[in-house]
Amino acid sequence: MDRPLTEWILSESLPIGLKRYEALGGYEAARKALAEMEPKAVTQTVIDSGLRGRGGAGFSTGMKWSFVPLGPEVPRPKYLICNADEMEPGTFKDRYLLEGNPHQLIEGMILGAYAIESEVAYIFLRAEYHRSHQVLTEALAEARAAGYLGKNIFGSQHSLEIHLHSSAGRYICGEETALLNALEGRRAVPRAKPPFPPVVGLFGKPTIVNNVETLYNIAPILQHGPEWFQKRSLTEDAGTKLYGVSGRVRKPGLWELPMGTPLREIIEEHAGGMCEGYQFRGVIPGGASTDFLVSEHLDLPLDFESVAKAGSRLGTGTMIVLDDRTCPVGMVHNLQKFFAHESCGWCTPCRDGIPWIEKILEAIDQGKGRLDDIDLLHRHVKHLGPGRTFCAFAPGAMEPLQSALKYFEDDFRRHIEEGRCPYHE
Amino acid sequence: MATLHIDGKTYEADPSKNLLEAALSAGLDLPYFCWHPALGSVGACRQCAVRQYRDENDKNGQIVMACMVPVTDGARISIADPEATEFRSSVVEWLMTNHPHDCPVCDEGGECHLQDMTVMTGHCSRSFRFKKRTFENQYLGPFLNHEMNRCIQCYRCVRFYNDYAGGHDLGAFASHNHVYFGRHEEGVLESEFSGNLAEVCPTGVFTDKTLKGHYSRKWDMQSAPSICNHCSVGCNTIASSRYGAVRRILNRYHHDINGYFLCDRGRYGYEHGNHPDRPSRPRLRSTKQSGLEPETTEVLAAIGSFLNEARGIAAIGSPRASLESNYALQALAGREAFSIGIAEASSAVLDALVAALREAPGGPASVRDIEHSDAVFVLGEDPSNTAPRIALALRQSVRQVSIKHAAAHRIPRWHDRAVRDLAQGRKGPLHSAWPAQTRLDEISKSAFCESPNAIAKLGFAVAQCIGEDSSSSSSADSPLQKQAKAIAADLLEAEQPLVVTGTALESEAIIDAARAVVSALAKAGKSTVRLAGIAAEANSIGAHLLQGQALESIVAKVMNGECDTLIVAENDLYRRLPHATVDALLDKLSKLIVIDCIPSSLTRHADAFLPAATIAESDGSLINCEGRGQRFFQALSPKENLHATWDWVGRIQVECQRSDTNPWPDLDTILAKMAADCPELAGIREAAPGAGFRIHNQKIPRSPRRFSGRTSILAHESVHEPKPPEDKDAAMSFSMEGSALQPPAALVSHYWSPGWNSAQALNKFQEEVGGPNRGGPPGLRLFPGGQNGRPHGSPSTESAATPDQLLAIPLYQVFGSDELSNHSAAVRERSEPLAFSLSAKTADRLGLADGDSLSLRIGEQKLTATVRLDPVMSENLIGIPVGLSDTPVTYLPLPAQANVCE
Repeated sequence: MDRPLTEWILSESLPIGLKRYEALGGYEAARKALAEMEPKAVTQTVIDSGLRGRGGAGFSTGMKWSFVPLGPEVPRPKYLICNADEMEPGTFKDRYLLEGNPHQLIEGMILGAYAIESEVAYIFLRAEYHRSHQVLTEALAEARAAGYLGKNIFGSQHSLEIHLHSSAGRYICGEETALLNALEGRRAVPRAKPPFPPVVGLFGKPTIVNNVETLYNIAPILQHGPEWFQKRSLTEDAGTKLYGVSGRVRKPGLWELPMGTPLREIIEEHAGGMCEGYQFRGVIPGGASTDFLVSEHLDLPLDFESVAKAGSRLGTGTMIVLDDRTCPVGMVHNLQKFFAHESCGWCTPCRDGIPWIEKILEAIDQGKGRLDDIDLLHRHVKHLGPGRTFCAFAPGAMEPLQSALKYFEDDFRRHIEEGRCPYHE
Repeated sequence: MATLHIDGKTYEADPSKNLLEAALSAGLDLPYFCWHPALGSVGACRQCAVRQYRDENDKNGQIVMACMVPVTDGARISIADPEATEFRSSVVEWLMTNHPHDCPVCDEGGECHLQDMTVMTGHCSRSFRFKKRTFENQYLGPFLNHEMNRCIQCYRCVRFYNDYAGGHDLGAFASHNHVYFGRHEEGVLESEFSGNLAEVCPTGVFTDKTLKGHYSRKWDMQSAPSICNHCSVGCNTIASSRYGAVRRILNRYHHDINGYFLCDRGRYGYEHGNHPDRPSRPRLRSTKQSGLEPETTEVLAAIGSFLNEARGIAAIGSPRASLESNYALQALAGREAFSIGIAEASSAVLDALVAALREAPGGPASVRDIEHSDAVFVLGEDPSNTAPRIALALRQSVRQVSIKHAAAHRIPRWHDRAVRDLAQGRKGPLHSAWPAQTRLDEISKSAFCESPNAIAKLGFAVAQCIGEDSSSSSSADSPLQKQAKAIAADLLEAEQPLVVTGTALESEAIIDAARAVVSALAKAGKSTVRLAGIAAEANSIGAHLLQGQALESIVAKVMNGECDTLIVAENDLYRRLPHATVDALLDKLSKLIVIDCIPSSLTRHADAFLPAATIAESDGSLINCEGRGQRFFQALSPKENLHATWDWVGRIQVECQRSDTNPWPDLDTILAKMAADCPELAGIREAAPGAGFRIHNQKIPRSPRRFSGRTSILAHESVHEPKPPEDKDAAMSFSMEGSALQPPAALVSHYWSPGWNSAQALNKFQEEVGGPNRGGPPGLRLFPGGQNGRPHGSPSTESAATPDQLLAIPLYQVFGSDELSNHSAAVRERSEPLAFSLSAKTADRLGLADGDSLSLRIGEQKLTATVRLDPVMSENLIGIPVGLSDTPVTYLPLPAQANVCE
C-alpha cells in the first residue's frame, strides 16, 4: 500500500461506507489493537513510526499521546479531539479525506482514544464543511450501529463515544487551546501554556487534539507497522503527505505523495507546471502562515526538516503559488487582511498590530505608501514574533510578510516610489 | 525566598509570585495592564515584557512576559534591555492606534493608568496615520459612565465583574480589534460591585458617573482617609472633596478588610451629604414661623436653656454615629439616661453577637480570613445585601478548592486563566441558611430556606453532629438531620472552616447556634475555625460597647415623667420603634433636640435642630463587625454650621454651663476621656496617629502636591486667599503643604508616587504588591478571641404557628435598606419598591399571583405591597424588605406574625 491515506477513496463525492471499508481491511487494525495491545504499546508503535502532526506544527504524535496520564487514578473523562477546523487559506486536504473515507478517521480515533484511555471524543469540524458534516454523521451512525462506537468496542473493555461538533466559524479555533475554549462554549481565545492540554485540556481534563490527516495515518501504522510507515517517505520524516497546489498552475489539486517529494516535482509534474504565460515567482508551502519559498528552493524536498532549514515551514503542505503577473504586495495584503480579521482580540500585538500592517499594505498597494512604511513593517515583523504574542497566530501571520519583504522588496519599493501598483495597468 | 537578578542587581523575591509582582514589589517600575494583584495574570496585554536569561553565561536570553513567568531562584532578567524596552513602547503604540487623544476631556485624565504607562514606556510620537475604530457607548445605570472608544482591551473589566464578582451581565463581544466590553443591550449593570470597574479599568471606559455630575481632577481634590458607614464591614475609603462638597469615594486598600474593592452602596452612598434637602443650618421651632434663620449661637443658647430648664435629660445616640458622638451624648445625659438608640430586642441580639465575637477562636474573622476559608456555613445572614464586601469575599472562598487543586498541578494561584481552565467552576462548600433566595445561592452547595427558628435548629444540629462525629448519615435521619450532617462533614474536612452569622434575623438563637458550631469545631480539633459576624450598622458594635440603656427604658423615663427633654443624634426613632410609641413619646416631651446629617421623620418634630457633619466631613472612630476600631478623618472642613455630633455636644455642654470650656475641644481629648471612662475602648486611640503626629515636623497634606487653583477657589468672593483651615483634630493639613513622605497607612489620603498618578500607585504603599499596607494594616482589633462570657444557648422552641398564619421575616436590599445611602440619588435610583416575598404555594393558598397587591397586619401596623414570588422560600413565610425609605411604615418588629387583611 503506497497511499495509505487516499488509496481507498473512490471519489470525493461518493464516500466509501462501512461495508466497503471493512471489505478492504478497515477496522482490522483497531480490532486487533484493542484485543491484543496495551494502550501504551499503541502509543509506542506510533512513536516508533515517526509520525509527526499534520496540522502544521509537526510535533511527534506518539510523544504527544505519551504525555497523557494513564491508569485508574487519573482524572476522567479524558478526551480525544479531532481538529477538523480546516480554515488555513489554500488548504483543502482534510476535507478530501473526510468526504472520501470517513471510517478511516473513526478507526484512527478509536485507536487514539484507546492509546490515551479516553472514552469521549469530539470531531471539531469547520463551520462551512456541510458535506463533511453529512458524511461524518452517516459514518458515525454506521459505526455506532455496528458496535464500533459505544460500550465495549470489539468486545474489549474499551468504550468510546464520538461527538461531531460544527464550529461557529473562527480561524483561531484551529489553535488547539482556542478550540478547547470554543468547545466549552467560551470565547475562542487561546489558553496559556503551560499547562498543556494533555494534562489540563477540555473541561480541565487530559485532552489530545490531533489533526484529521494525522489521525488518518494511525490505522495504517498499526496495520502495517512502523517500519512500513517509515518506508513510505523519501526522507527522514516518515510516511506519506497530502500535498496540494493552488494558484496559476495548469492542474491545481491534491496528491498523496511520499513525504519529502521535491517542490519542483509537485509543481511541475503533479500540478502540470505554470499556466501559459505565467512564470513561477514563489510559493507559500503550507498555508497562509508560512514563509515564501522562491525559485532557488524548487529542488527542496518537502518535509518538516528541509523546509524549516530553508527558512519556512511545511505547514499543511498545501501551497499557494505566486506567479510573475500577480502583485506580491497585493497577495500579502490579502493574507494580512485575513489575519487582521481572524485575530481573536486577546493580545495587543496581534489585535492591534496586524490591522495596522494591513492598513499599511493597503496603502502601499494603492500607491499611497511611504518609504518609512517598510521600516514599520519590519518593526512589526520583529515585534510580532514568537514569545511576544500570546499564541502562534501572529508569528504565523508574520511569516509570509517577512519573507515577502525579503524576496520581493523591490516590489514594495516600486509601489511606493511610483505611487501605484506596477501590476495594474 | 528566592534570589532574583534584575539588570545586574540582586533582589529577594517570593517564589510563589511571578516576575512582574517581584519587580514591582522590589520597587521597580515595570508597566502592565491586564495583570491585577487581586485578579492575577492572563498574559493578554504583553506590556510587561522583559528579557530573561537562562544563566550568567546566556548573553542572548529571550523576551518573556514577566506576569507569566514564576520567580525561580537565581533567575536573571533585564527590564532595561533595549529590545524589551522597545517592545513595551510598541505595545503602547499599538494601543494608541485606537485610543482617542481625548485626555483633556476624559474623566480619567490625571489618574489614568494608560497615561502613566505611556510615559513609563517612553512612547511619545505617533506613526499610525489611519482611522481609529469607534464604538457606540451604552447606558449602564446611575453608577458608571461608558466610553468604549477608550478601551485598550485589557479584559480586566470582565475578569473582575464576572470571574471575581460573579456578575452575569457584562461581556466581551466580537473579536479582533473590535472587541467590545459592555452589556448585551443597554441597561443597568446588575452587580452591586459594578462601581469597582471605575478603578479596575486602566483608562476611561468605565468612570464614576456621580463624579461626572460634579467633576474635579484627582489633583484638584482634597482627600482624607475615611471609613464606609453604610454597613458594618468598615471598608476603608478615600473621600475626596472640592469646593466644599464630597465628590467621590475611592477604595482605600486595607489588607485585611476591603483589599481592592468596595460595594456600590459604599462607593455611591456618599451623596447623602449632597442631598438637596439636607438640613444644613441650625433651626429652632420657635423661629420657624418667622421664616428667619437663627444664628448658630442663638440655637445653641436655646438648647442650653432647654437643658437647664429640663426636669430630666435623656440622650439617644445611634449605631450609625461615631463612638465619639455616642460617648459625648452618654457623657451629657449620664449612663442611666443614654441609649444607643436600638430597641431592647435588637440590643439583646447584638449582645449575643458581641459575645460570640469575643469568644471566636483567634478573634473574629477578617474579610481576608473569609476569602481564605475553604468551607463556609452562613447562618442566618444575607451578606449580599447586609454586608456586600463579605459576600464578595465568600465568592473567593469557594475558589480556594480550585486554587489548591491547581497547586497540586503546580499551577500557581496568580496564573488565573490556567487555574480557572483547570477548575472549570469547581467550588468549595458554601452552605447558606437564610429564609429567602440570596445572590450567593448560585455558588452555594446547599441553601436552607426556612424560618429563623428552623435555621437556629439547623445550626445546633450541625454543632451536635460535629460534637458526636456522626457525620455518616443514616436512613432514619430527618431532612434537617441529613443536611446538618452534610454541613458538619464539610466543615470538619476543611483546612480553614468558617461560620458567618449576624443579627439580620434578630435571633439570639441563631447566633448562639453559630457559636455552638464554632466551639464544636474547635473541640473537634479544628483550631483554625473562624467566626465572622455581621452587625446591622457601621458602629453597632462600637456603640454597644458603650453599654447604653435599651431604647424602651428611655421611652419609659419620658413617659413616667422622669425626663422631659430628649436629645437625639443621627437616629430616626421612627425606624427604631412603632410609630405610635414615637408619637406618644414626642407628645410627652417638653423639648426635643435633634442632631443629624439627613432629613428624617424625626427632624420635623425637633424644637432645636443642629446639622451634623457627614462622615466625610468629620473625624471619629467606628468599630466594625470584626471588632476593629478604625478612624475616619475630614475630607473637607465643612461649612461653619456643620459639626460632628460630638463637637456639637461639647458646645452644648458649654451652653448649659456644665463646663466652662468645651470639655473636648478636639478629637484627641474626647478619645482620652472616652478611654478613661470606658477602659475597653482605650485601645481605640491607637487606631490612628493623633493630631500631634508629624513627619519631620510637618503635617500630612490632604491635597496632592499638584493641587491647583487654590487661590481662585474663592476669588469670586475675595481676591485675598484665606489661610487654609487649621486642623486641631488630625495630623493632616487642609492643603498641599506638608510632608512629601509616605504617611502611616491610617493617614493615607491619596495614592500617588512619582510616575504613578493612577490608583495603581497603591503598589508603592504596600509591603509587597498585594501584601499588607506599609507599616501594617490600620485599625486596632479589640477582640483577641477566646473570651468566654455567655452561657451556651439552645434552640428556642418553635412558636406554634397555625398553618394559615404567616411569619413575616425581614429581608434586606443592598440598595434600599441602608438609611444614609437612601439619601444618595444614585443609590436611590437602584433601590426596588416595597414588595412582599413569598413562595408560590403560599401565594396559591392566599389566591395571589406574582404582582398582585396584598395587605398585611403586623401587630398594630398595616402594610400594603405587591407580591413577588420567591422560588426557594418555605411555606408560611413572608419576606418584608426593611429599611426602605419610600414606605409608610418604617419600623416593623420582625420576625413577627402577620395576618392577611381582607
